[in-house]
Amino acid sequence: MNQARLNERIGFRVLSAARFAGGFGRLSAQTFSELISEPFPWRQTFQQCYFIGIESLLLVLMTGITTGSVMALQFGFGLARFGGTLYVPKITSLSILREMGPVFTSLLVAGRIGSGMASEIASMKVTQQIDAMRALGTSPIHRIVIPRMVACVIALPILTLLADYTALFGAMLISRFELNIGFPFFMAKILETITLADLFTGMAKTTVFAYFISIAACWKGLNTEGGTQGVGQTTTWVVVTSLIFIMIADFFLTKFFIITVFPKY
Amino acid sequence: MNRTPETIPALSVRNLKKSFGEKEVHRGVSFDLHEGEILGLFGGSGSGKSVILRSIIGLEHPDEGQILFQGRDLVPLSEKALFEVRTQISYVFQNGALFDSLTVEENLAYPLRAHTSLPDAEIHTRVDELLEMVDMKGANRLLPNELSGGMQKRAGFARSIILHPKIVLFDEPTAGLDPVNTGRLLKNILSFKKRGMTGIFVTHDIPAAFEICDRIAILNQGKIELVMSVEEMKNSGHVLVKSFTTGAHIR
Repeated sequence: MNQARLNERIGFRVLSAARFAGGFGRLSAQTFSELISEPFPWRQTFQQCYFIGIESLLLVLMTGITTGSVMALQFGFGLARFGGTLYVPKITSLSILREMGPVFTSLLVAGRIGSGMASEIASMKVTQQIDAMRALGTSPIHRIVIPRMVACVIALPILTLLADYTALFGAMLISRFELNIGFPFFMAKILETITLADLFTGMAKTTVFAYFISIAACWKGLNTEGGTQGVGQTTTWVVVTSLIFIMIADFFLTKFFIITVFPKY
Repeated sequence: MNRTPETIPALSVRNLKKSFGEKEVHRGVSFDLHEGEILGLFGGSGSGKSVILRSIIGLEHPDEGQILFQGRDLVPLSEKALFEVRTQISYVFQNGALFDSLTVEENLAYPLRAHTSLPDAEIHTRVDELLEMVDMKGANRLLPNELSGGMQKRAGFARSIILHPKIVLFDEPTAGLDPVNTGRLLKNILSFKKRGMTGIFVTHDIPAAFEICDRIAILNQGKIELVMSVEEMKNSGHVLVKSFTTGAHIR
């Protein structure tokens, strides 16, 4: 009996994952098709850029500065045991640009924007606003999905860039006041260590994450059923799925960039 | 039979079949809607009345059957092809289904902005005219959550007719309204009916249907069992009719 129930649950999970994969692929295809065939929804996209970019700015900057500070502290005191304090600028700057900046920013956006998008679209679905949009002869993909996807893909790399800067600034401040590493030395070591490839690979990762977060949120929102309870379930599902995706995809993207962009290391 | 323009229905539903999983909702629904008439559609809860309306406008896809409008079958049309049809057949949702992030004016202007290239001033004028017709003058800047249930339904009705559709589908428009708001909404619908509006009126509200409709169709066990004029229905002794008009139990 227990085995049967276990099999049933596994089967349900597999089917759900397959349904999501199919739905994600189909929505992606429809989105790209309407992106090139229909007039671009500028107004809605600017609104979403404001919502995703400007309204997330403070959160991202705060997280950036604290992350950079904590990393400098941890590396500083950790490496001090081996006399390696002077390596803090190199290690923190590389970690921030390649990993911490992109991943932390994406996680924050997945939590804040992914949940917001999913709950908004799910609410529209259960209150028949999506049906109304279709009944009025307009496409929910054009009006809802495209602006959110494009805004997310534009805003997330920019937010990451700003998070990177503030994280480096935080690390520099902590290095100066806690580790006695002067600003000129810190700056010189950063410039000596990091390359544009470090910055761009980090931002490229966030483009992938942004695309996934937005399309997953839109797909799940547009397929919500079950009233207010369904809205809650959709929101939770989108956040959890996005976080898992970011973590797993980050590993593969890092591996990919190590093979293709950083082979000399 | 020789067909004249008067005898060609505005809309024909032919042998419509639809199932949701195991549940067979429609087992061959057929009826005609004539130009200028409002056809009431009665049926028990869950009998599939709203599904008929949703199928006509393409929000549900029937398993079988035809929906003929202006000489073409709507059933096989793609979502994109249906966009144009939806400017001519509109749907009044039970709860209004206003976009809650847009003001009343933006809601009403939505179809105009999507399907016409009218300048803003003209759109504003048309929205104002329509708001006055549905007794909502001055409500332009209100958000849907600032409106009463009755106002939401009237705004939803106004939005659905702003493009002057040929057919309007009403999905229980008076459900949940008090008698005053029901009266207001019916008055609004009647004023458009006098101008020749064609529509299907799904409802459980018998007095409202008698006031608005020209003919009534009764959906029972997945098929249209009876179609008759309002007068015939008022005088009918048919057990199914009685069950709706007097609430007598159907066996």
